[in-house]
Amino acid sequence: MTAPDPTEPDPRPDGPGRDPVLTVTGLSVGTDRLNLVSDVSFTLAPGERVGLIGESGSGKSLTALALMGLLPEGVHAGGTVRLAGVDGNLVTSSERALSTVRGEAMAMVFQEPMTALNPVKRVGDQVAEAMTVHGRVRDRSAARRAAVGLLDRVRLPDPAGTARAYPHQLSGGQRQRVMLAMALANEPAVLLCDEPTTALDVTVQARMLELVTSTVAESGTALVFITHDLAVVATVCERALVMYGGRIVEAGPVGEVLSRPRHPYTRGLLDASDLTATDERGRLRTIAGSVPAAGGFPEGCVFRNRCPRADITCAAVPPWAGADSGYACWHPVERDE
Amino acid sequence: MSGVADHGGGWNGDRAATEARGAARTVNASLVTGGVLVATVILTALLSFLWTPHDPVHNDSGARLLDAGSPGHWLGTDKFGRDVASQLMAGARITLLVGVVAVGIAAVVGTPLGILAGMARRGVGEFLMRVNDLVLAFPALLLAIMFGAVFGAGTLTAMVAIGIATIPNFARIARGGTLQVLSHDYVQAARAAGRRPVGIALRHVLPNISGLVTVQCSVSFAIAILAEAALSFLGFGTRPPTPSWGRMLQESQELLFSAPALALWPGLAIALAVLGFNLLGDGLRDRLDPRLAERRT
Amino acid sequence: MASRILRKGLIFLVSLVSASVVVFAFMAVLPGDPARVALGTNATPEAVARLHEEYGTDRPALVQYWDWVSGLAVGDFGRSYVTGVQIGPQILDRFQVTLWLVLSAMVVALLIALPLGIAAAMRHRRLSGTLLSGLSQVGVAVPNFLVGIMLITLFSVHLRWLPSGGWTPPAEDPWGFAQRLLLPAVSLGLVQGAILTRYVRSAILDVLREDFLRTARAKGLRPHQALLRHGLRNAAIPVVTVLALQLATLLVGAVVIERVFVIPGLGSLLLDGVGDRDLLLVQGVVMVLVLAVLLINFVVDVLYTVLDPRIRTAAP
Repeated sequence: MTAPDPTEPDPRPDGPGRDPVLTVTGLSVGTDRLNLVSDVSFTLAPGERVGLIGESGSGKSLTALALMGLLPEGVHAGGTVRLAGVDGNLVTSSERALSTVRGEAMAMVFQEPMTALNPVKRVGDQVAEAMTVHGRVRDRSAARRAAVGLLDRVRLPDPAGTARAYPHQLSGGQRQRVMLAMALANEPAVLLCDEPTTALDVTVQARMLELVTSTVAESGTALVFITHDLAVVATVCERALVMYGGRIVEAGPVGEVLSRPRHPYTRGLLDASDLTATDERGRLRTIAGSVPAAGGFPEGCVFRNRCPRADITCAAVPPWAGADSGYACWHPVERDE
Repeated sequence: MSGVADHGGGWNGDRAATEARGAARTVNASLVTGGVLVATVILTALLSFLWTPHDPVHNDSGARLLDAGSPGHWLGTDKFGRDVASQLMAGARITLLVGVVAVGIAAVVGTPLGILAGMARRGVGEFLMRVNDLVLAFPALLLAIMFGAVFGAGTLTAMVAIGIATIPNFARIARGGTLQVLSHDYVQAARAAGRRPVGIALRHVLPNISGLVTVQCSVSFAIAILAEAALSFLGFGTRPPTPSWGRMLQESQELLFSAPALALWPGLAIALAVLGFNLLGDGLRDRLDPRLAERRT
Repeated sequence: MASRILRKGLIFLVSLVSASVVVFAFMAVLPGDPARVALGTNATPEAVARLHEEYGTDRPALVQYWDWVSGLAVGDFGRSYVTGVQIGPQILDRFQVTLWLVLSAMVVALLIALPLGIAAAMRHRRLSGTLLSGLSQVGVAVPNFLVGIMLITLFSVHLRWLPSGGWTPPAEDPWGFAQRLLLPAVSLGLVQGAILTRYVRSAILDVLREDFLRTARAKGLRPHQALLRHGLRNAAIPVVTVLALQLATLLVGAVVIERVFVIPGLGSLLLDGVGDRDLLLVQGVVMVLVLAVLLINFVVDVLYTVLDPRIRTAAP
């Protein structure tokens, strides 16, 4: 069964190396009392796959929700987010303007497949709605047919049968495929995936990752992939942004960042994920301490209370060293360390 | 493979938002307002034993239907010349008595039944809950009217009827709480280690559900006050001459055209007492489970 | 799904039979001989015995119960010991009146609760939402008969716009019917509306918190669209439950309102029956009310099954 293309040819100019499709400058997220994300800046080229890495509590998910304009009540964003082909700064855009962007130019797959789908609506209708709401497909039965095509595209067995199913009749992996189909319905320029495989079994995870990579490649969609799993970043992404304490602490090509980290936090993450490396007492390596609660990060360098290299200089916020690739640290790990 | 601990599910934004909400303010508002109202009712009832402006049941034929603000009678007098303020104060006693007895019956019978239904074998628990549903089919008012028909109307029958009709509420709450407590690993471990059911009920279940039961007590108290008022209004509750807010309302109805204020005072007293116990229940619930705090304020 | 409904139906029937036993047994405890009460204190023993024989009250309790309950099954409630009138038609007649009252009160409650509850949920972080919640909290605390008395004071005593009570059948005089129904329906519905508002609000708040609502917005639905298309049906499940349970509360609450507004409904019939010690009449009315409550619970279970596909398609 082949997927009928539900959309017209994409009018957006694309091709790698062109103007960025997403430009984030000085993005901050916080409540009235707390700063949760500070000074996040990065760009995304068309079709590029970027990983956003960090432990829970590092601000990854909030960053993604801020890009979508879906922050929970009482949490606000500042800074600028610009999307190619969309006028103005998304952070200050009205709800009405944002709703025309969401699901159309920028889409998102959430972490929890079990709760992200409406339990009382058929899966096919939920996918079809993603198209009808933006007027891509006016006719409901055409939208249903297109939804079956999309379910086929995310390689769900028996797409027509799945379209008639309710979410609780599907497995977690199947539901996450449905979420992906929904997100890809309008061939968005940017797809945000927030730990889409964390809740899945390991074998299901691998297939899902492969599916995400191949489908975004087919449609030329740029990908922001949020995860705490370094191995996942290595398989899926070309570039990595490492977040800690609501800040980007290191950025660069995946190979570079994962093999020659400059920031002590990245280094700590890598050491901790290496199950063959042990410390002098034969225990697995970990990063000392734990991630502070929201608002509990130190002034200056956010990592300094857990960092073995921290000293008095770290009381000031370290400047960004480098350009697209770079790090924010006063005492970076040297190449040969 | 992955070395970074991520105890999934926690959506950071949510946590931060909850922290930022400062729910404590609204929680205290319910708790304090409710507490003050309830304390006022209790103190008034206690005070009425020691002192009332007049004898609440003394008929004064020379001072019938005085307006509020009359000298010596702040809230006026009724058609028998009884002082309204004194009657209101004495009426608080009946209100509290009915509440305490009815809620007492319901909690003392319903809570152990609920725990039993939660801990017993599935068939037994299921059966108990069916019986529970059957009792639920007899609402308090209906049961009290039936009791009144058989045993004669009065405060006692009203209290007992309201209490019995409220048992299912406690049984349900207690059973739900019990099932939740039993699902904890440490309780299952205790069971597996052969600790006796009664020991588990007393040591683990009861302390854990006591909060739920306390909240239910406060809410049921409010319902009992309303039921007693309705019954007295219908003539199935407190008998004359004992002062009761519900009966004061009933006596005032025939005088609506001439002395409408007579209905106002007991009505206000009932509403404030009920509001107090409801708010107290809400405040207690929020105190016990902050996650629910903003769901219902 | 069918087997689930069947099982619920069976539970309903068993509960109904158990309830009839309870009601019968309860009334059998009634002190005093109903026949003697009916005939007065100076009746001859022969007359009392004749009455016993006529109504079959001299037979064993089990036989009497069977007689009563098998009659109920075909709608025969027997004849009153006191007035000698057939009880069934009387109950039917009065039930219609109460049904008008209860259903119109339900409409009043819904008209209050749906808009207010949704508004309070959508604005729960703003002052207006808090005020709405506070208002509903006060509404819950006011007894319905007090509302009735206050409405009479205002609209009948002071303004003289509406009658203070009584009843006119709708077929006889629709305008008079509406005039007499309005105040009782509002009295009964206002308080239920306040209670329902709280449930609607919390159901909507729960739904607003759901991940799938965020998914709907991520698709490009505006907040109110997301709530309407994805939220309402999910919120409806708890609200329908409360609504149905309230229907039961209203039926019994109507007893008091009928007394306030002098309405000849089922409640007045029950109170009159108790006053006259008309055993069979009271038994009949109580049974009808209990049947209504049980039936409502059964219907809720069925509705649940229809509304929630997770239950509908679950293996039995």
